[in-house]
Formats: sequence, structure tokens, C-alpha cells
Amino acid sequence: MARVWKFGDAVNTDDILPGKYAPFMVGEDKFQRYAFAHLQPEFAANVQPGDILIGGRNWGLGSSREYAPRALKKLGVAAIVAKSFARIHYRNLVNLGIPAFLSDTVPELLTDGDKVTYDFISGRIWRGDEEYKLPPPPEFLQAALAEGSILDYYRKHGRFPGES
Amino acid sequence: MSSKLDLAGLTLAERILSVRAAKRVTKGELVVLDIDQVMVVDSIAADVIRIIEEDLDGVIRHPERVAVVVDHVAPAANVEVATTQKQLRDYARARALKLFDVGRGICHQVLIEEGLARPGWIVLGSDSHSTTYGAVCAFGTGMGATDIALAVASGRTWLKVPETVRVNLRGERPIGVAAKDIALEVVRRLTAEGASYASIEYHGTEAFSRSERMTLANLAVEAGAKVGLVPPSGGVLEEYDVPDWLTVDPEADYSKVLDIDLAGLQPVVSVPFFVDNVQPVKEHLGTPVDQVFIGTCTNGRLDDLHIAADILRGKRVADHTRLLIIPASSQVLEDAVSDGTFASLLAAGATFGTPGCGPCMGRHLGVLAPGEVCVSTSNRNFMGRMGSPEARVFLASPAVAAATALSGVLSLPEVVKNA
Ligand code: SF4
Repeated sequence: MARVWKFGDAVNTDDILPGKYAPFMVGEDKFQRYAFAHLQPEFAANVQPGDILIGGRNWGLGSSREYAPRALKKLGVAAIVAKSFARIHYRNLVNLGIPAFLSDTVPELLTDGDKVTYDFISGRIWRGDEEYKLPPPPEFLQAALAEGSILDYYRKHGRFPGES
Repeated sequence: MSSKLDLAGLTLAERILSVRAAKRVTKGELVVLDIDQVMVVDSIAADVIRIIEEDLDGVIRHPERVAVVVDHVAPAANVEVATTQKQLRDYARARALKLFDVGRGICHQVLIEEGLARPGWIVLGSDSHSTTYGAVCAFGTGMGATDIALAVASGRTWLKVPETVRVNLRGERPIGVAAKDIALEVVRRLTAEGASYASIEYHGTEAFSRSERMTLANLAVEAGAKVGLVPPSGGVLEEYDVPDWLTVDPEADYSKVLDIDLAGLQPVVSVPFFVDNVQPVKEHLGTPVDQVFIGTCTNGRLDDLHIAADILRGKRVADHTRLLIIPASSQVLEDAVSDGTFASLLAAGATFGTPGCGPCMGRHLGVLAPGEVCVSTSNRNFMGRMGSPEARVFLASPAVAAATALSGVLSLPEVVKNA
């Protein structure tokens, strides 16, 4: 079963991975150890592959640093559900293939430490026998994700989804 | 350049994207567009190069449209950084990309100075403050490594046409109220997500210098905006060829209009740890300050140094306070040296760093210890941004920063001239 790590509103990219711990600074092999180093110091050592993150509003505001979500990916974070996402960060999540779901209700209903199971293809999370539904991503992204990622899509088609 | 398209009722962002798409597009539509300029910085260079080489067959569609800037940790602070910068330097040379190496300055400042962001252009940068190019009415926006790698490889990108928030600056600006104060007031009023995915258009800016426009556009992203556009006027019209379709239609469809009466403004600070936590300086007077930092893409330009020098000339920085100044570019540094600003600031006790980002992101050249307080002219005061998570960063204008350096506690300048 996966653990839920719950965060509040306005979690910024410096929270997710402080600039001083960029792979550029500490090395590609080590940077993920500093995910949430300031905000939630016990996170990186304890997160298990498959765990999910819950955020509030404006998740990922701030820097364009893709290595922030890449640290989460390296640690095996399976998805992020938030009430809203900052624009650049949302693109980064999609580009890295980290499922990012928008929901006003799920972040309210789940609590930190909950044990859940999920199926992100159909957009569902279960806690015990309660089921929570997640809305599907926008069409453009579905087209990209169907090929794996936006990079896979571009490589295969030589163009972006929706481009003739 | 003129356009045969029907652009009536479109905002500046919609106009730029429509002309490039060669069809009328409005907010909410998805477009794939050619890009005029892509900017890559050192801190994410390794990712960009890896994606281009491993995933995109090493193709670079328009090398002449790619600018590479070594600024985020310049000069290198350790072996990791030095290694990435060497890789980037070698790559830029091998692939004939424009390279702006250590000491040339902060990416956004350099692109504007080099004329690599122009009215009506689409400019993508691997840095969130790429909204700064909106100062010259270029559609400038920031993206992450994968998007930037795709843009370098393909010469194109995908974008959702943003809705537009119109900000009207009205009334007379009081002496001592800086562009920074106005930009922070906009962020306060909109909040950190009030312009998410949107374009901000700044009106009533005719009298603003290019530098002040850069400060406004720079902070657009702190309200979540995709782009922050200042309509071409004043000096911008003289310095650039502005396409005749790049004009404001008073009938344009804005999703929100914000009126700000400049006469009612006063100097402000962003109180840690949120940029939109904007409060009057008056409420924080007397807060002891360990370090004052004047620099960054927000406020590290010549006019900013002039303001600081006017306050500090012939005086000394307070005993228990460090004043760190990092000019935004080599050009700014040269100008400050030749007009005597540098000497005045040095004589007042300032210490100078190599043009670049400096400690803005807490990586080197002036990071903060636990418990320290910094007044900074930068754009982010997140927890741990400039070093220890137990340090506190107040964002302020160069005038407030300089006055604070002088007294060692958060202060208002006695008399300040607007730039
Ligand atoms: S000065 Fe600061 S905000 Fe500007 S580009 Fe550099 S790190 Fe980013």
C-alpha cells in the first residue's frame, strides 16, 4: 500500500528541492536526497516508491527547475494530487510523466499518513473501501501520455499533438 | 511589419500569438509556434543537453536562435558546477550557439542588452523570470528542461493562449515609490496565483524606463503569470522596431482589470516567506538587518545602483551590516565604474560580486546563516531561498535596501529621487 504525504497550500519549488541542492550543485546521483529538505526533512529518507503526494493550491509555484519534480520521480513518487498547480511546474510534471491530478475534494479528504491503493489510468484512489475519483488530464496531454510522454510523442510523430 | 489578420478585440498576448500562428487565436486555444529566441542557463544545461542528445537525435533546428548564459553560479563554486559549465561551454561552441560566459551577467539582463528579446518576439527561457522580456513587449515565458530541449531541437513550442489581466496604473507616483514597490503591490493585489496561466498587461507605464519595465515584467511570474507585457511606448519605441500590429486595442477582452492609484502607494517589503505577503516598510522599521543585497534580474541595473549611490554617497554602511552589490551585467558594472557610482558605493563600504545571480538562490557569494535577516532587491523570499531555512529575506526596492544598509535596520530613505 502506498503512503499519502500531505502538504499545504503554496508549496514552492524551493520547498520541493532547494536551489542549493540542485544536481548542478551536489551531483546527479545525490540531489534527490534533499527533496523537501527544509519543509519536511524526514521525507526523502522515508518516502517509498509508489507513495503519492497531496497538495493544496498553487503547487509548485516559483522556479522552472525541472530537477525539483525529477527528484520526486527518482524517489518513486507515483502521483501528485493538488487543488491547483503553478503553470511551469505542471508542464514539468507532465514532461517527466508524473501523473498530476487537479482536485478540490481529494486533498481535503485524504490525510497525511493514509494508506491507499490507486489506479491512475482510470483515475481512482481507494482508502479502505472508500473510492475517490480523479478528473482526467486535458486532451492534449492525454495524446502525449498515450505515447509515453511529450518527448515520445514528438519523436514518433515529428510534431506536437494537435499540430498538422 | 503589418498583419492582414483581424486582430480587433485581442489583447497584446493574443496579438503576438495570432500573428505568429498566422490565424486569429484567442484565450484558451492551444497553439504550436515558431520561437524567435531560446535561452538556456547553466544550472539546467546538463538536462537540456542530455535530452537533446539522447532523446531528440542531437538536432538543433536554429542554433542561431539559441543563447546560452553562464550566470546562476558564476564563477563556479565547486567541481560539480565547473564540470557542467565546461560541458555547456564546449557544447555551445561545438553547436555554434551564442555563449555568454562567466561575468557577462544575468540571463535576462544579457538578452535584453544584446537585443535578443524584441517587441513582438516569442522568447523562451529555462528560467521562470523570462517574463522579464515583456518589458520590451516580447512574449517571454519560462519553461523547464524538457520543454526547453524540445524548443531548441524543434524551433517550436506549444502554448495555451493566455487570458489577460489588465493592470492600470493611474495617478501620480509619489517620490520614493519605486517600480519595485508597484510591482510588489500588483503581486499583493493579485496574490501569488491571481494571474496563474494568464498574461498581465501593465498600462499607464509610458513614463517608465526600460529598466523599470523590466522590474514590473520580472515580478509578473510571482503572481503566477505566463507573461507580463508592457505596451511599447516612450524610449522603447525609439530603440526598437515595433511592429504596427503590436498596439493596444481599448476594446480588448480582459478577464480581470486591476486599477492601482499610484498616489496611494508607499515603499513596501515582501515579508518572508511569501512574495505576496507585501506590507508597508513603515510597519517593519527598526528590524535589525545582517545583510543587504542589491542585485539580481529584478533590481541590479545602473539606475538601481544610482539610487543606492545617491543614498550612500559620502556615508558608511552600518557597522553590523554587510552591503553586497552584484551588478546585473558586465555592462552595468562598466557603466557604474565609468560614471563614478562604483567608487561611491565602494567608499561607503559596499562589497561587489561578479555580475550574475549571486546568492539569489542560496548557492554562493553571500548565503545566509540561521537567524540572519537580509533585505534583498531580488524577487523571491521563500524559506531557505538564500541559504538557511532559518534565515529571513525581506524583498525591497534599491532605495529601501540602501537606506537599510546605512542604518543597519529596516529603514526608509530620507529623500529619494525616482529614476
Ligand atoms: S537573479 Fe535570481 S531570479 Fe534572476 S535569474 Fe538569477 S537566480 Fe533567477
